[in-house]
Amino acid sequence: MAESHVVVVGASLAGLQAAVTLRAEGFAEAVTVVGEEPHRPYDRPPLSKQVIAGDWDADRVALPAGAGASLDVTWELGTGAAGLDLAGRRVLLADGRALTFDGLVIATGAHPRPLPGVGALEGVHTLRTLEDALAVRAALDGGARRVVVVGAGFIGAEVAASCRQRGAEVTLVEPLPQPLARVLPEQVGAVLAEVHRSHGVDVRLGVGVEAIEGLGRVQGVRLADGTTVAADLVVVGIGVVPATGWLEGSGLTLDDGVVCDETTLAAPGVVAAGDVARWPNARYGEVMRVEHWEHAIDMGTHAARRLLADLAGEPGEPFAPVPWFWSDQYDRKVQLAGRPRPTDRFEVVAGSLAEARFCGLFGRDGQVVAALGMNMPGRVVRYRRELQDGLSWDDALAGAAPAVPPTS
Amino acid sequence: MRVVVDYDLCESNAVCMGIAPEVFEVRDDDFLYVLQDEPDESLREKVEQAATRCPKQAITIEG
Repeated sequence: MAESHVVVVGASLAGLQAAVTLRAEGFAEAVTVVGEEPHRPYDRPPLSKQVIAGDWDADRVALPAGAGASLDVTWELGTGAAGLDLAGRRVLLADGRALTFDGLVIATGAHPRPLPGVGALEGVHTLRTLEDALAVRAALDGGARRVVVVGAGFIGAEVAASCRQRGAEVTLVEPLPQPLARVLPEQVGAVLAEVHRSHGVDVRLGVGVEAIEGLGRVQGVRLADGTTVAADLVVVGIGVVPATGWLEGSGLTLDDGVVCDETTLAAPGVVAAGDVARWPNARYGEVMRVEHWEHAIDMGTHAARRLLADLAGEPGEPFAPVPWFWSDQYDRKVQLAGRPRPTDRFEVVAGSLAEARFCGLFGRDGQVVAALGMNMPGRVVRYRRELQDGLSWDDALAGAAPAVPPTS
Repeated sequence: MRVVVDYDLCESNAVCMGIAPEVFEVRDDDFLYVLQDEPDESLREKVEQAATRCPKQAITIEG
């Protein structure tokens, strides 16, 4: 019998973690990791921060688990997947080759959403890859002084902070009334906006972008209120689109991502993980897609185990994590554990919004559903563990949640 | 097994604390405290996972 073969499509955090897990779980047969980018797996969070700020050299972002010969897999890098022949058990590569598989891990991540109606102009960037980050850094190195960041989500806010650190004039444009208004309550968004203003960023909220102006090279950004902001560098951070183009017509269900069952299985012998995967998280009774760093690790791990179980004809466990992420802007560290909705109640339980150092809880139906912190990482992590087991709102506010011991 | 944290790299993201609270604790002063420099072997798997998952790769294990 021919050797069994698992193909992992996607060579970033989720795909790498899936490959690492396959080996850690004792899978001794062939594993191939396909990556569209020419690089071994690298870490993306530093791109918007240390790389753009010029603090880190490009080689420092490499993920150790995927470097050197430490992981026994065949790397197919610089060639993306172009199609999936599900019945024939083949992944079709962009260079015309095909890889047959017994098991498949889909971890192709996402692509930045482009600004609608904007053609190619020099000086306009999105940020996803190392090359993207190095291009923004090169523009700053080359003397770009007037930066407009479109979108005050986490990527946009971090890029704005990094560009300020480089001494550029920065305008941060957001069509919603507050930064991160889809995720965070208004009063927290207001704190973030104030953090940026206090660092000299011109924050324009509640105003969309009408057009990016320039001939060949960007000259300015025209806003919906009729004003134009001069710019020699524009970074667009308005979200991402799951990278499922290669799966069109494959027979897999696609709906803002690859749709999986509650165990991360998308089809027999096929699992998905990371930014690209949508699955019903039983903990929340909600079908979700999560774009965070640690989620890619957790889901990559779970999906690899699920695949091995499926190949062995065994049932799988549901994947029901408490999502968690962090974002660093200037000297502020924002962390969120759980899955809040804009309609949840929100109450600060430690620190204060005024000092931009706090921990707050989100409540719904008598339960704490999420914890948010700014410069209180220990508390958020403690609440995160509590959220795993379930935490009632009354208990939490009565101080039943574990307090962080005083500093010794 | 000895746990060593490079505090020049550590950003107190508290990922380690989420995995191995017996060993790592981020307190309200935002600093990471290592509660046990030489944890018991029974904690090795957790501590290794914490080191692997540290976003800043600030944790090393000696021995």
